[in-house]
Amino acid sequence: MQRNVEEILRIHTVGIAGCGGLGSNCAVALARIGIGHLVLADFDVVEPGNLNRQYYFLDQIGQKKVQALKSNILRINPCLRIDTYPVMLDPDTIRDIFKKCDVIVEAFDRKEMKHMIAETVLMHMPHIPLVMGSGLAGWGHSELLAVRRSGDLYVCGDEASETSDQLPPLAPRVGIVANMQANVVLEILMGREE
Amino acid sequence: MRIILNNTEEEISANRLTISELLKYKNFTFRLLVIKINGKLVKREDYDAAVVRDGDHVVVMHLVSGG
Repeated sequence: MQRNVEEILRIHTVGIAGCGGLGSNCAVALARIGIGHLVLADFDVVEPGNLNRQYYFLDQIGQKKVQALKSNILRINPCLRIDTYPVMLDPDTIRDIFKKCDVIVEAFDRKEMKHMIAETVLMHMPHIPLVMGSGLAGWGHSELLAVRRSGDLYVCGDEASETSDQLPPLAPRVGIVANMQANVVLEILMGREE
Repeated sequence: MRIILNNTEEEISANRLTISELLKYKNFTFRLLVIKINGKLVKREDYDAAVVRDGDHVVVMHLVSGG
């Protein structure tokens, strides 16, 4: 007999590498649909400038992002298991922290970090799908946001718009890409059950 | 040679190109890329050595900052 959606999602683990605009919004979407176990990693603390797009609140400024995000998620669903790692990720910590994940979501800000996790996962953890975000700055052009797949690597975004003073990351486009990433995770996990 | 580059067939006037040469040929100016030849990742330090031949499938994905 086919298991229902909630049952399938409850038994899976998703890693979130970076809890900024992409990671916080993606994690909340995954929590709302009942992914049973989330592994959150980010070294940073919540700052006022984050509130234009990240899933935090004014009274959380100064808190570690992983702690603040965990408490926000548990307010949505207290039954989820949330592991937090307030560390700067590198190839060694990525291989250690996310080794038991069914899917890893790349949610870094800097492209050098995006490149680092792509090489680490593809070379050393090739059995784990990696869902990346690339190209989400500015506004409008929702039609350019897409998902490209190559094997177990997925890239969400327009792969072109880079953040700058003239082109900041803002809630609408960042939120679209974060939710595209969550949607790809869902597709991967549900696809395994077919 | 004919290759498939990002799901599009391309006729290239060379029998073989390294990844570095292919990027120059196609004017890919992005600094950080994820590149695969026939599904296998080409690490950044191997762009001068990895060779693309007739019939190969090449995927180039662009990484830009923002998150």
